[in-house]
Amino acid sequence: MAALQTSTLDAMKTNQTQLLAEWTNGLEASGAARNLKEQDLRQQTSQFLQLIVSGLERGNGQNVAAPGWDEIRLFLEKLSHSRALLGQDSHQTASFIFALKGPLFALLQNHYQDNPALLAEQLWEVSELLDALGMHTIRTFQKSREAVIKRQQEELLELSTPVVKLWDGVLALPMIGTLDSQRTQVVMESLLQRIVDTGSEIAIIDITGVPTVDTLVAQHLLKTVTAIRLMGADCIISGVRPQIAQTIVHLGLDLQGVVTKANLADALKLALTRLGLTVSKAD
Amino acid sequence: MERIPILQMGDFLLVTIQVDMHDQLALTLQDDLSERICKTSARGVLIDISAMDMVDSFIGRMIGTLSGLSKIMDAQTVLVGMQPAVAITLVELGLTLPGVSTALNVESGMKLLQERVREQ
Repeated sequence: MAALQTSTLDAMKTNQTQLLAEWTNGLEASGAARNLKEQDLRQQTSQFLQLIVSGLERGNGQNVAAPGWDEIRLFLEKLSHSRALLGQDSHQTASFIFALKGPLFALLQNHYQDNPALLAEQLWEVSELLDALGMHTIRTFQKSREAVIKRQQEELLELSTPVVKLWDGVLALPMIGTLDSQRTQVVMESLLQRIVDTGSEIAIIDITGVPTVDTLVAQHLLKTVTAIRLMGADCIISGVRPQIAQTIVHLGLDLQGVVTKANLADALKLALTRLGLTVSKAD
Repeated sequence: MERIPILQMGDFLLVTIQVDMHDQLALTLQDDLSERICKTSARGVLIDISAMDMVDSFIGRMIGTLSGLSKIMDAQTVLVGMQPAVAITLVELGLTLPGVSTALNVESGMKLLQERVREQ
C-alpha cells in the first residue's frame, strides 16, 4: 500500500484554516457539538488537526498503535473521557473524528482533480487513518463509560445499606431497592458487624423500600434473620406493606419464627418493650 | 492430649473454645461435657465461641449436638459470642441450629441461663 503523498500533506497544511472551519460547521450541523462550549470545540478541533499533521510529517504509518502516534492517542483518550463524563453518547463522540472526512475528502478531490488514480489511493489512505483513530476514540470512550458505571454501582451498593442506631441496643436497617444475593451479603455482613461492635440485642430490618418480595428475596431475608439469631440477637422485620403481605401469603412463604410488623414505629415500640423501656408523655 | 477445659461455676458449666477446633478435639469435648454434666448434675451449660473465627460443617453440627446432648441431660444450653463470619457460614451451610439458644456475650448469656433455670 502506497504511503501518504507529501503533496497531500502540503494541501492539508496550506488549507488548515478552511478545513477547520468546514469541520466545525459540519460538527455543529450534525449535532455532535451539542452541550459543548464553542471555545472548547474550536480548541479541540485545531489541536487535533495540528497533531495529525505533525504526526504525518514525522512519517508515521497507518498503525495507530505505533509510538509515533502517542500524542494523538493521548489527546483522543482525554477527549473521549471528557465526553463520557459529559454524558454524550458514543455516536456523538465518534462523529468528532468522522466529521473531518467530508471536508478533507473535498479538499483532496480538489487537489488531485487531474489524477483520479492517485486521488483514490490517497483517499483510501486518509480514510484508513481516520477510521483507526475513530475506533480508538470509541474504545476509550467505552472504557471510560464502563468505569463510570462501575463506580456508580459500587456507590449505590454502599449508599443503600446504612445501619442506624435507633436506641441503646436497638439497630435498624432501612432496606431500599431490590434484594439480590450480592446485596444481601453486603447487608448481612454490615449488620452483623454492627451488632458485634455495639452489642445491640435487637435489630430491625425495614423493608418499606423493597419494591417486591418473591421467594428469592424471602429466602435472603430468612438467611439474614437466622444469622442474627445465631449471633444471639433478635430480629424484627418491619414495613410489610399490604401488597407485600398478600404476595407472601399467596406464594405460601413460611416466615414462621420471624417477628413482622407493619411499620417501623411498631417495631421500635416492641423493641423498647423487650428492653423493658417505656416512652411516656412529659407533663 | 489437647483438651478444651470445662469450668464449673455454681450450677453451671462454662466451656470456652479458645483454640482452633479440629474434629478429634470436638469429639473429645462431647465426651468430656456429657460426663461432666452427669458428674456435677449441672443445670446449665454456657458455650463461648467468640474466639472461633472459622467453622466447617462438622464443627457446625458438633455445636448443635453439644446443645442437644446437654438438653437431654436436663441442662439448659446457651451459645454465646458467635462471630458474624461464622454465623454467615453456618447459614450458608444450611445449619440453622434450631432449638439452640444464643446470646451476644457471656454476660447476657449468663443472665439468660439464670432466667431459664429459675423458670423451671
